[in-house]
Amino acid sequence: MARKLPKVDVVVVGVGWGGGIIASELTKQGLNVVGLERGKERKTEDYFMVHDELRYALRYEMMQDLSKETITFRSKTNVRALPMRSYGSFLLGTGLGGSGVHWNGQTFRFLPYDFEIRSKTIERYGEKKIPDGMTIQDWGITYDELEPYFDRFEQMAGIAGEENPLGGKRSKPYPVPPMKTTPALRMFGEATKKLKLNPFMMPSANLSEAYTNPDGVSRAACQYCGFCERFGCEYGAKADPVVTVIPIAKKSGKFEIRTHSHVRRILHSGNKATGVMYTDVTTGEEIEQPADIVVLTSYVFNNSRLLLLSKLGRPYDPNTGKGVIGKNYAYQVIRGGAVGFFDDREFNVFAGAGALGMSIDDFNGDNFDHSDLNFIHGANIAISQTGQRPIANNKVPAGTPSWGKEFKAASIKYYTRVLSVGAQGASMPFRHHFLDLDPTYKDVFGDPLIRITYDFEEQDRQLAQYCADKCGEIIKAMGATDKIEINRKLGPYDITPYQSTHNTGGVIMGASTETSAVNHYLQMWDAENVFVVGASAFAHNSGYNPTGTMGALSYRAAEGILKYSKSGGGLLV
Amino acid sequence: MLEQHDRKEQPVSRRSFLKNSGLVLGGLVVGGVAGSLLGKQQAPQQPGETPAPTADFNQALMYFSPEQFKVVDAACERIYPEDELGPGAKALGAAYFIDHQLAGEWGFNARDYMQGPFYPGEVTQGYQGRLKRREIFDIGIQEMNNYSNSLHNARFYELTPEQQDTVLKAFETDEVKLTTISASAFFAMLRATTLEGVYADPLYGGNKNMDGWRMKKFPGNQMAYTQIIEQDEFAKMEPLSLRDHQHG
Ligand SMILES: Cc1cc2nc3c(=O)[nH]c(=O)nc-3n(C[C@H](O)[C@H](O)[C@H](O)COP(=O)(O)OP(=O)(O)OC[C@H]3O[C@@H](n4cnc5c(N)ncnc54)[C@H](O)[C@@H]3O)c2cc1C
Ligand code: SF4
Repeated sequence: MARKLPKVDVVVVGVGWGGGIIASELTKQGLNVVGLERGKERKTEDYFMVHDELRYALRYEMMQDLSKETITFRSKTNVRALPMRSYGSFLLGTGLGGSGVHWNGQTFRFLPYDFEIRSKTIERYGEKKIPDGMTIQDWGITYDELEPYFDRFEQMAGIAGEENPLGGKRSKPYPVPPMKTTPALRMFGEATKKLKLNPFMMPSANLSEAYTNPDGVSRAACQYCGFCERFGCEYGAKADPVVTVIPIAKKSGKFEIRTHSHVRRILHSGNKATGVMYTDVTTGEEIEQPADIVVLTSYVFNNSRLLLLSKLGRPYDPNTGKGVIGKNYAYQVIRGGAVGFFDDREFNVFAGAGALGMSIDDFNGDNFDHSDLNFIHGANIAISQTGQRPIANNKVPAGTPSWGKEFKAASIKYYTRVLSVGAQGASMPFRHHFLDLDPTYKDVFGDPLIRITYDFEEQDRQLAQYCADKCGEIIKAMGATDKIEINRKLGPYDITPYQSTHNTGGVIMGASTETSAVNHYLQMWDAENVFVVGASAFAHNSGYNPTGTMGALSYRAAEGILKYSKSGGGLLV
Repeated sequence: MLEQHDRKEQPVSRRSFLKNSGLVLGGLVVGGVAGSLLGKQQAPQQPGETPAPTADFNQALMYFSPEQFKVVDAACERIYPEDELGPGAKALGAAYFIDHQLAGEWGFNARDYMQGPFYPGEVTQGYQGRLKRREIFDIGIQEMNNYSNSLHNARFYELTPEQQDTVLKAFETDEVKLTTISASAFFAMLRATTLEGVYADPLYGGNKNMDGWRMKKFPGNQMAYTQIIEQDEFAKMEPLSLRDHQHG
């Protein structure tokens, strides 16, 4: 029997960006919040030895231990799903701050088109533009409604940026100016202008200058140290939950964080949750934490998985298209891009920051005419200078052997002479892309793993090809030699090479209980005191990194939870 | 020449950087830098003092047998040979690096999902075998010797460099047919770990004296690049290691 603890106002499952934002907002208003985090405590001092490519980038120091829990994957329903035994396609966060600690900080806002994608696509191109099986739907919220929450996330994190000429309207400028530019970025800027495109500095959560946010948190400026993506920031310059929202929640005296606490079930009776059951992984003890409100902030996979394991909500059935939990899993089409070799000049590629870059949105969303194209949406196209580390960066021109004397010479020569322009393609949902529980493989507690059924579609291939060509034009205009590689071919979705940790969907938001799992406050239609927060709420994935939008939705959800807690119950409208 | 770098030549020393950059903020420093960095005492260091060269105690075996080591050491050197640019994998200690990696959690696949059932699966589903990395190396090394023997009646490390290349190529392209492991997957692992051994921080036993980094003009563990990030010229810097950070 699980040991039962006294009831609290709110229990938050997982303390990353989602959990941290919810905790800070609710405790400010006087609610008592318990945060259950399966991983360990983290602090800036931990990163004294952080400039270690092997340990952090290649041995995944900060990521979830896959021996305890992983996902399974298959391309389609008639293939046997098999476990992701080691890391590849995406990396799963764990520990205080979650992936928010080792992210890059590229902090975009999704486009107005995204939130009304179905209506706007039909309005401009007619219904037949949407291919069979593509299950895009409006999000039940508009960009304008979400705008104030984008702003709150950006002010809290201290996003450095400049206005995107093709983005949604902003109520306020970014809180700090854009980051410094590098020769490569300036070349991208000039080339895209020459091509009559609209470059802008990538919005960055790496602080461009010392900044004090509206909560009173002061942080230092980014030092362009080049160990950012997959690493914690030793300066606190990268916005992460541990140096922003979590201290504010703690300061309130109303936030209790319990690390090493692995949540396994949401307990419920009728259409309400009563709390959660978790295992203290240091002792193995099962503990019940009753709460008035349960907030799931355990990332895309565990948000779906915990609901399915707990038999809460209606599981999605790909055969009928009915049900909602696990629906509209989407990803990112990241493999279309172009690489340029610059024989006559060297770049300081080792220097950089996770979100140091310049990009264009001319081929993103519906910013361009798709009438004669066999796909919808597009990609943010960017050059980024995140810091090239020596083990992982050994690009050589096509035709060079991959080892031996020639390889050594070419990989050394081109280490400082390669630039690439990449496209971050949007990912549309399809009826047969979904999450459910794996029938065979289990985690360390014996609970079923989550199973991904997903592959790239013709939509994705067309999009990747189109964007790769655009990237090619840009890299040429930047003056790359004749050694240019344009990666037009997408191939099948492969779980082994790293692409991005931009998984979305499974507990999507929307305007109707029939087609979505949560409303525009991320409150579950089927369990009014359960809020499911994260990119799990995205009805599709845009041509951007997800966290700007995910952060905005977290602030929105926090407001909903406060409303719900004050009103004493019912679905929010 | 290798252990001593003039710290003044470095763009910023950690401590002076922290003091000068306004990182010590007034008020609430919740998000600020690690206080421990500031509090740390400078190790006493006499000007002009040259540390006496010491034996490299790291160069002993934790996992490989001497025979296995010889095979791997020779193979690494063919993958990343010594040339006019500088040392090869052998002089950089890549095979010691691999040995030490296999001895630890990585060699045991300690953080990988290794529960059954095991099925072959599609290529896009990734590695689905039950063998651990150290076992794959055991088999792969043995097979390299077997194959070398079948061709030239000698062990891999006894072959000429050209003959060694032929053997490696045969593994790379799966011309060698193995039953328990994939020859090409083993080769890919050998290649990847060789590059790790050449370019990982010297703390792991490879990249001796940071010479791998020097060849590649990678400055290692620097605290900050604010001063060079915007400049057009290439910035050539003497690399720093994590050891410098710990003892600096
Ligand atoms: C290397 C990398 C780079 C990235 N770069 C960018 C970028 O530049 N821009 C961008 O927008 N996004 C980026 N992302 C994605 C970004 O990190 C995530 O979108 C964001 O951090 C998600 O926040 P979250 O709170 O939803 O989930 P997480 O950060 O994953 O937090 C979830 C937390 O829940 C905990 N948890 C899970 N299950 C349980 C359970 N059963 N019980 C208890 N606790 C549990 C986890 O341990 C974790 O701490 C990147 C991700 C990675 C890995
Ligand atoms: S690049 Fe900047 S934000 Fe990223 S870890 Fe280094 S100092 Fe921190």
